[in-house]
Amino acid sequence: MISNVKSYKITFLILLLALVIVALINLSLGSVKIPLKQLLAILLNKPAIKESWEIIVLNYRLPKAITAIIVGSGLSISGLLMQTLFRNPLAGPFVLGISSGASLGVAILVLGVSFLGIHFNSFAFTSLGQAIAASIGSFLVLLAVMVAALKVRNTMSILIIGLMFGSLTAAIISVLAYFSSANQLQQYLFWSFGSLGNLSWNEITILFSVFLIGITLVTFIIKPLNSLLLGENYAKSMGVHVVKTRNLTLIATSLLTGVITAFSGPIAFIGLAVPHLTKLLFHTSNHKILIPAVAMSGAIIMLVCDSISQLPNTAYTLPINAITSLFGAPIVIWLLIRKRKINY
Amino acid sequence: MDTAEKHIINTLDLSIGYASKRATSTIAQHINIELHEGHFVCLLGKNGIGKSTLLRTLTKVQPQLKGDIFIKSKKLVAINNTELSKNISVVLTEKLPENNLSVFELVALGRQPYTNWIGNLTDTDVDFIQQALKQTNTLHLANSKCFELSDGQLQKVLIARALAQNTPIIVLDEPTAHLDIHHTIETFSLLKKLTEIHHKTIIISTHEINLSLQLADELWLMTPSNFISGKVEKLIETDKLDLLFDSDLIHFDKNLKQFIISGK
Repeated sequence: MISNVKSYKITFLILLLALVIVALINLSLGSVKIPLKQLLAILLNKPAIKESWEIIVLNYRLPKAITAIIVGSGLSISGLLMQTLFRNPLAGPFVLGISSGASLGVAILVLGVSFLGIHFNSFAFTSLGQAIAASIGSFLVLLAVMVAALKVRNTMSILIIGLMFGSLTAAIISVLAYFSSANQLQQYLFWSFGSLGNLSWNEITILFSVFLIGITLVTFIIKPLNSLLLGENYAKSMGVHVVKTRNLTLIATSLLTGVITAFSGPIAFIGLAVPHLTKLLFHTSNHKILIPAVAMSGAIIMLVCDSISQLPNTAYTLPINAITSLFGAPIVIWLLIRKRKINY
Repeated sequence: MDTAEKHIINTLDLSIGYASKRATSTIAQHINIELHEGHFVCLLGKNGIGKSTLLRTLTKVQPQLKGDIFIKSKKLVAINNTELSKNISVVLTEKLPENNLSVFELVALGRQPYTNWIGNLTDTDVDFIQQALKQTNTLHLANSKCFELSDGQLQKVLIARALAQNTPIIVLDEPTAHLDIHHTIETFSLLKKLTEIHHKTIIISTHEINLSLQLADELWLMTPSNFISGKVEKLIETDKLDLLFDSDLIHFDKNLKQFIISGK
């Protein structure tokens, strides 16, 4: 008998369980160790033994964990969308030049202030200021790529145009960096390390709202994305409006990646690798399964990376960008060698 | 109008080719087609003559340069993608992008014109998929991955996908290009059966002249000078097949009903 749609219920249940456990571990770890019972009490809005624990969990760790979940799932979904759209396993959320645009925005704000002779130094060093600069930067680069996309019918050309914009902005940033002070350079470097903390509840609300809009758009392109697995001509013959689907995919990706990069910096690796890991786990190309699966795996991996970056029981925090690649890259290499072949 | 009613596809003085802002390159012109429902059509012509271009134009993948195309008497330009996808399904020559789809999932994609916004399959959809798999004799492959299939199996599965789309017209661009003689004949007889039993209208481009002469209801010949269509016997009788290749090396032998090397 034919199995109509293979049941993934158990795999999803395991993922969900893993997500909850990883989230709890993430919340209990840090420079101050909080027992699980107390942690649950705080989360369920009951009084804890120490008031300081409540403050730590509710004002610091919970926002960070929520940010990690949004960042992990958003970047992973974006990566999956780009890999399907460009039919290229090397595509990730940043291929459209989104992160370069964000970097350029922050670089101009942080490095360019003295260069341009404008005095808003104090604003340049706040996280909100950098988020706004990153948003404007990624939006402008993305706008340029989208305008190019309207003129170019070939999807591969858009990929290359995105990469070219990336090189272009990197060059501009080098020039800006050359003329900057050590202090400014350090500030820019800190942003480029990526960071999940430091977000206020208000900022998380903004992040989450845009994330929701992006996810809503994604649900509407699941069906056409599946037919795009057979190539654009087949998709068209099955009634898919290819250009509309492409533009919706680009918009959803830019919203997700743009807002995430604005608030947490350019976080490497997750968007590229999580879709591959998920495909190895689920053995499917069906986006109806893959999108929720990728979102959950992304959230889990981001939470794990964040827990590691805290260096538990110490006051130090490593740059999240270093952790994602340091631990992630070898895992993907190992999986690929073991499986030898990945299909998309 | 009455005569047009009977035709599932007809064209009026169609010109095909490629147009850009700077130049127009016409590949073929004065194409007049009057195709009846349930016919098996083989489109013959030498390499580069424009067979694919004609099929691409008829399926609205690329626009025509001049003239009109009618599908069931309705102008092709006035038919939107969704409506067209319920009338014409295709099997293309292009290689599938790498994917991890199972045979069932790939054939199920053929139901997309009928499924809801997120693509959930109803019982009817599953029935159509099963039927398509049975008709192409690929039911046993349903749970295999597409990348595991041989060329011959994959071709049958792609035909199953087109069948699942449940369209009166199926267009196939060189469906037997990579197949051995056994699978080629299997594919041809499958297509012939689909026109006879299920009353599908099937158009294929092919280089299998001998098989086409035996099985086609109608031939479309693209010759260097013009486009000719008609019943097989009539085209043989009026020496039209000789026009396919403007070559001294081969000619068509009416008695043997095949091309032979000249001067031997």
